[in-house]
Amino acid sequence: MLQEHAKIVDFISLAEGITGRKKLQKMIYILKKMGVPFQEKYEFHIYGPYSEELTARVEELCDMGFVSEELEDKGSYVQYKYSVTAEGMEFSNALGKSVLGNPSQAVKLNEKSGRFLELTATLLYFDHLERAEQIEKLHVVKGKLNFTNEEINQAFEFIEELSVLM
Amino acid sequence: MSYAAQKLAEEKVFKDPVHRYIHVRDQVIWDLINSREVQRLRRIKQLGTSYLVFHGAEHSRFNHSLGVYEIVRRIVDDIFHERPAWDESERLVVLCAALLHDLGHGPFSHSFEKVFHVDHEVFTREILLGETEVNGILLKVAADFPKKVAEVIAKTYSNKQVVSLISSQIDADRMDYLQRDAYYTGVSYGHFDMERILRVMRPVEDQVVIKSSGMHAVEDYIMSRYQMYWQVYFHPVARSAEVILRKILQRAKELSESGYKFEQPPTHFMAFFDRSFNLKDYLALDEGVLMTYFQLWMTERDPILSDLSDRFVNRRLFQYVDFDPGKDYRKLGELSQLFRKAGIDPDYYLIDDSTSDLPYDFYRPGEEEERLPIHLLMPSGEIKELSRSSQIVDAISGKRRTDYKLYFPAELLIDGKKKAVKQQILQMLREGGV
Repeated sequence: MLQEHAKIVDFISLAEGITGRKKLQKMIYILKKMGVPFQEKYEFHIYGPYSEELTARVEELCDMGFVSEELEDKGSYVQYKYSVTAEGMEFSNALGKSVLGNPSQAVKLNEKSGRFLELTATLLYFDHLERAEQIEKLHVVKGKLNFTNEEINQAFEFIEELSVLM
Repeated sequence: MSYAAQKLAEEKVFKDPVHRYIHVRDQVIWDLINSREVQRLRRIKQLGTSYLVFHGAEHSRFNHSLGVYEIVRRIVDDIFHERPAWDESERLVVLCAALLHDLGHGPFSHSFEKVFHVDHEVFTREILLGETEVNGILLKVAADFPKKVAEVIAKTYSNKQVVSLISSQIDADRMDYLQRDAYYTGVSYGHFDMERILRVMRPVEDQVVIKSSGMHAVEDYIMSRYQMYWQVYFHPVARSAEVILRKILQRAKELSESGYKFEQPPTHFMAFFDRSFNLKDYLALDEGVLMTYFQLWMTERDPILSDLSDRFVNRRLFQYVDFDPGKDYRKLGELSQLFRKAGIDPDYYLIDDSTSDLPYDFYRPGEEEERLPIHLLMPSGEIKELSRSSQIVDAISGKRRTDYKLYFPAELLIDGKKKAVKQQILQMLREGGV
């Protein structure tokens, strides 16, 4: 069980910290869809695929002192920033190897905005559908976000790019 | 008359200990109840291993599915009917989704899914859209009807009111299982005034809200939920049984992967061991099948598989101590080594387990949250998030409670062999701070 905690600590460390709960949720989901063995169970929620188990695990890691959660005031909104503490690094090192085949995946994902990751994760959630239907479904569940064709194409390209890195 | 509109010549009723009666008038619902895939839910217990603690908790997912259907039927036929914000054309899709929402659950779902990396929601979708009796019935309604039902259950349907009746922080699913599980376990928690909540539910724009006059009934519901999670769902002894069950499945899988020859070929599991399973393999499983294998495995040559199976069948469960992983993960490593020295495999006999629950959550200012809050409809027409009006709910909102336990077979640590190292293990376990 603690191995699953260690995987999250390792991922946050490789990403050099993550700003935004939504971003963290979507990053783990995207990697999971790419075959990285994260065990958190996902369901579809307001912002796309969401894992209650991951939320719980991150809160537990904060309580254990392995991950720090800081509130960043962005003016009109606030965001939570997650980074690994020194104790967290010791914990991660003690519990074994990283599950990421290529550490640059974490950085690559972290460079993207929360909106883009939400789009990518949602497309992946519907990856059992044909592409046209996948896009149609995206507009049904994310109508208010008005994703453009350009953004959607970029998301598909990003999925391709990531799968090559796996 | 279209199949969707067909009514039974006479209403059918199921006697139910929670809702008194479950009423069925629609031909579609009656046909779905009689399908193979829905009948299969009779052979899957709603509360998994909890019957080993609460002996009454033998009720099935079939009972619960009928219960959720009945609650939604009352909402759409009695409460929402003819309200302008409710789209009457959604009635049949939401009733079908209510009845079928747990269709993809397998035997002892939680453990089975963890070990074999399967997801019951994927199977729900496959049953609804694949070659099944349920799919055949739904297709008779309309070509796109199975897909619509699947979307409601997956929470990706366009009408959010419909989704929130089945899945939200106050939905028919939770309202049924809290009362039903309380009834069958015999606990006094889990009861709340559902009739009152149903009477004050209102469809408004893209959500379902609660009239503010019903706030206290909702407070009672949230507190019931909180109590049920800690008193029933997270009971440490039921978790001990769950841990053993998980380890049985893990052991059988590992033995199969290592080429072990089972005395009785585990035919039903083979497709899961080599990940070649399809929907037919999944539907062939139920708790009767799994329990039969556990009985057979009690006499297998492999000592771990036979011991774990015997423990589960005969309720010889693991003991537990509290465990703080933040402080004690290194000591857990030391304990694992001591277990190995004592000749006990820690992968199967020293298990840490955590569980946590968030009784109610709401949007924090400015932060994007994923849970839809419960909204009250104030007399002025204003919509207000529940915890802003209720001090009781405010006190528990957003507060997660987590419990960590370490499970182990106490009696293996007091038998005669390798006494010194076992003493050392027991000392560490007794001292706490493991």
